[in-house]
Amino acid sequence: MKIRLLDIAHARSGDKGDTANVGVIVNRKEWFAVMDRELTTERVTKHFEGMITGTVERFALPNLGALNFLLHGALGGGGTVSLKTDAQGKVYSTALLRLEIDVPDDEARSLGMRRKR
Amino acid sequence: MTRVVRVAAGQGFWGDSLDAPRQQVEGGPIDYLMLDYLAEVTMSILQKQKERDPKMGYARDFVGAIESVLPAITGKGVRVIANAGGVNPPACAAAVKEMIAKSGAGTVPIGVVTGDDLLPRLDELIAGGHTLANMETGEALDTVRDRVLSANAYIGSVPIVDALKRGAKIVITGRSTDTALTMAPLRHEFGWADDDWDRLAAGIVAGHIIECGAQASGGNCLYDWRNIPNLANVGYPIVEVTEDGSFFVTKHAGTGGRVSFHTVAEQLVYEMGDPVSYITPDVIADFSTIRLEELGGDRVRVHGIKGRPATDKLKVSVAYRAGFKAVGTLVYSWPNALEKAQVADNILRSRLERLGLRFDEILTEFVGASATHGALASAVPEGKRVRAPDHPEVQLRVGVRGEDRAAVERFTREIAPLVLNGPPSVTGFAGGRPKVEEIVAYWPALIDKTVVQPQVEVLE
Repeated sequence: MKIRLLDIAHARSGDKGDTANVGVIVNRKEWFAVMDRELTTERVTKHFEGMITGTVERFALPNLGALNFLLHGALGGGGTVSLKTDAQGKVYSTALLRLEIDVPDDEARSLGMRRKR
Repeated sequence: MTRVVRVAAGQGFWGDSLDAPRQQVEGGPIDYLMLDYLAEVTMSILQKQKERDPKMGYARDFVGAIESVLPAITGKGVRVIANAGGVNPPACAAAVKEMIAKSGAGTVPIGVVTGDDLLPRLDELIAGGHTLANMETGEALDTVRDRVLSANAYIGSVPIVDALKRGAKIVITGRSTDTALTMAPLRHEFGWADDDWDRLAAGIVAGHIIECGAQASGGNCLYDWRNIPNLANVGYPIVEVTEDGSFFVTKHAGTGGRVSFHTVAEQLVYEMGDPVSYITPDVIADFSTIRLEELGGDRVRVHGIKGRPATDKLKVSVAYRAGFKAVGTLVYSWPNALEKAQVADNILRSRLERLGLRFDEILTEFVGASATHGALASAVPEGKRVRAPDHPEVQLRVGVRGEDRAAVERFTREIAPLVLNGPPSVTGFAGGRPKVEEIVAYWPALIDKTVVQPQVEVLE
């Protein structure tokens, strides 16, 4: 089953220079293992292809049911230099939540994950 | 009974709600009011103001904030800690002192923390081998030295604790870390030792949770956002801390917003780097050790936090002039709004080229179509065919940036003509010509701790 991250998690993003951070938190603790398994550095790098000029770093916070991603070169120079509407990376959060992960039907069902419309 | 110290956030940035400080002191019992005014950009704005008038260079809102909470300071013994001093803490203290004298409230001891300002010492520091290399690019500060506007070290909680010990009821700092403003009263009240890393780390986490004001109590919270009650009267967050470093996050009864696992967790990940090493001047806090327990009734218990010894460096924030920029916008309407905006952008770009204008960057965004999420916004799910949306309207937003002010200025005159000599169905130009803005860029660096000696003065 394809599950959009938005359907199982929430997120907040911010900036440090030209780097955006996206902290993504599962809505239910028991969903963390699936997100931790599926939301790899490679997957996120591919998702933001063309939107960022640098690399992606990934950190896990199982205690919060969260992953933290650093997206380098995401803000057009960052802060006051950037010409972007989202110069401070405030809505990279929801951009990440557009990502779809594949979850085996049985697992998704047993965990109560559902695609929302 | 376990002793509890309550620190309340009343300001998350310069420009935050003017009523929040007063609501925090009137809404229920608190011991300390913490007001955070400074962001990376703020210091350079303040430096520009100080250049124009040596009595300026601090967050002017702070004087009004103190006036609004003065009865609580003199009557209830609430103490206030703020980094409102910006690049001129003594001037900020003088303005507050004058306001208090005029109000007839008697004297209130004001602590002033200085020593973070490295601008007057910059050449001496560079000559002494402190390159202040850019943490992101590795470049030495020498390369932009002649364009530097401000340079401030982020200092920790120690000088604020000192000011509190010496009886200050209001403590004004310059570029203190945001978290130090919460940490300092906890160290002062509980006497946490300099190497009590776990408790110090807990103080940092408490500070991080409340430093952005209502962003921890339901504001800007994506989780269940529709059902977060009464943001019109949102309660700002409060930490109730005990001696062992564990604490509760809450807000005053009867206020709007929400304090839950999810509102606190969202704030914890905000502007986070490596969660295992949240580096501050006082301690390195490990955010992967934080335990959150939602208790209901807008209370979350936070405990289990581990810390490690601080490094021997301080972060330095340098601001320098980096050219000019301007952003112009026009709105195109249905039908084919996006296509019209794209055609207009092409016309604009070829005119800029014909004029021979050179920029370091020209950025075009189509607001309403792809400005914030780029190609992700129009991505077609696998195996589906979707007709291109015909947007009701799209805002064309073009920005330019470069060293040549005249070129940027000329760009600003090329937007309006498109209304009559470009694609049709265009509106939204009532704001007039775009403004040329000088760019003040941010340069993060590190410096040896021993070089920075904060000073504390208490004005009676």
